Amino acid sequence: MKTRRIGLVALEILAIVLFLIFLFPFFIVLINSAKAPFEITQAPLSLPSNWGKIVQNMVAIWTSANIQYASSFASSIIITALSLILINVFAAQAAWVLVRTKTKLSAGIFITFVAAMVIPFQIVMFPLLTWFRDFGEAVGIRLLRTFTGIVLAYIGFGMSQSIFLFHGFTKSIPLELEEAATIDGCKSWQTFYLIIFPILRPIHATVLVLNGIWIWNDFLLPLLILGKGNSVMTIPLAVSNFAGAYVKQWDLILTAILMAMIPIIVFFLIAQKSIIKGMVAGSIK
Amino acid sequence: MRKAKHPAIFWIFLAPVLFAFVMVIVVPFVLGVCYSFTNWSATARLNDALRFIGLRNYLGILKDSTFTYSFMLTVVYTALNMIAINVVSFGLAILVTRAIKARNVYRAGFFLPNLIGGLVLGYVWQFIFDNAVPSIGTILGLASWANPNNLVLAKSGSALLALVVVGTWQYAGYIMVIYVAAIENVPVELIEAAQIDGASAARRLFAIIVPMMRQAFTITLFLTLVNSFKQFDVNYSLTAGGPSVMFMGQPIYGTQLLAMNIYNQGFRSDDMAGGQARAVVFFLVLVIVSVIQVSVNKRKEIEL
Repeated sequence: MKTRRIGLVALEILAIVLFLIFLFPFFIVLINSAKAPFEITQAPLSLPSNWGKIVQNMVAIWTSANIQYASSFASSIIITALSLILINVFAAQAAWVLVRTKTKLSAGIFITFVAAMVIPFQIVMFPLLTWFRDFGEAVGIRLLRTFTGIVLAYIGFGMSQSIFLFHGFTKSIPLELEEAATIDGCKSWQTFYLIIFPILRPIHATVLVLNGIWIWNDFLLPLLILGKGNSVMTIPLAVSNFAGAYVKQWDLILTAILMAMIPIIVFFLIAQKSIIKGMVAGSIK
Repeated sequence: MRKAKHPAIFWIFLAPVLFAFVMVIVVPFVLGVCYSFTNWSATARLNDALRFIGLRNYLGILKDSTFTYSFMLTVVYTALNMIAINVVSFGLAILVTRAIKARNVYRAGFFLPNLIGGLVLGYVWQFIFDNAVPSIGTILGLASWANPNNLVLAKSGSALLALVVVGTWQYAGYIMVIYVAAIENVPVELIEAAQIDGASAARRLFAIIVPMMRQAFTITLFLTLVNSFKQFDVNYSLTAGGPSVMFMGQPIYGTQLLAMNIYNQGFRSDDMAGGQARAVVFFLVLVIVSVIQVSVNKRKEIEL
């Protein structure tokens, strides 16, 4: 029994050490966000001499016309929120009609959507650009460098997995529920939005978490569709635009990174359980 | 009234996703495959001077040493990354399923890097490798770490390992959670029975728990394989493909993985058709490798 105790203590210590190693990069970002440039190059590991500098650095980032952090933050929120709302509504309703319509065509559409999940972004990225430009010119709607274009792209790339997740859950909802609603005089779209849509809540959470984290952090798609240094940028674009510059201002870069991390970390602390659950549910396709 | 086979609601509810699917996936995919057989470029567009040139783009790949190098590099990176991530995350999963205090806090800490985007993480680690590591070397008296001419990211070999370190740090917590779910699914009675029979902890792990986790291994190996193979963001921000190395008598990017090679071929070298042909090859390799991996693992699952 005693050796077991010692074993557990050893495991506890090991866990703490690994935990600290995993959090070390976050610690480095935090302490160096509160330093002046010379302090960073001389002592990147020591605690800052003046924590108040962190606020100064944050204000400098937020107000810099060069970095466009504030407007990028707003754009990131708009793009993520709009894409999430539309993916959840469109994917849920599509999954529902695909489940309830038992025809070969319906099954074929579903299988096509699922199969599309294996398509890597690389094979569509070049033609996507020229196609968006040509299509936009032809119909008079700008798709490049606009919210419209990037949200449409996120719906396209995010819907397959979302439909798949909604599809699995919708199948388990008993048909009697809908029949009762129909007898009570609900039209089919009413049945869906009043009865089915609320029941899908756990899957909505999963789909929101999976797509939300992806879209918020995504880099390559915004890089292509929005581009660096244009009026609409996301946070990863703004950070990369600034950090990739020739002279590395690490004090401000790390502050910008810290500010990019804070919303996600806060969100994680609030909804840790559903985030981990959602991300695992998404993996086990 | 006769019920229509596909009522109006079917098409109305499907219309938005069908539109997005056609616009974003179907049309670009079909165009992309077609373009890879043409002289497509930023100037030769749809109506202009677009010409069919057969397999010339694909033959060009065979002669391109940067693609060969990136391909081999990606295979090495994927193998190292798969091993490192799965070993680390399996170890972590074993650790946080033991009766230690605050294990939920540890789980959250290990999982956290996964929530931050690869682009941002790449810059964080660039700072660590360029500034913090030499500083640690000075403090610990490790001359090779402290030497400013010896930076991790300045040599292609160690820069590749740096990519693996960052990839593992970023992804291990996520894979750990999948392993944790699988370990907790193993019936307690089985483990207790083995314990009563006198099986050691190691034996319980390898004779009972691991075989019961086969399905989880299929998933984790698939995820780590595909994600390592497609790595772009960390590559872009951490090493930007550098430093340069000599390969087949030419100086080329030393840590340029395939996804970045395709990107650079299209935009930097202004050869969209060539980049597109590389993307088609990339897609085919990805599909073939993942089909083989899943079917091999599935076969092992059935044997059980």
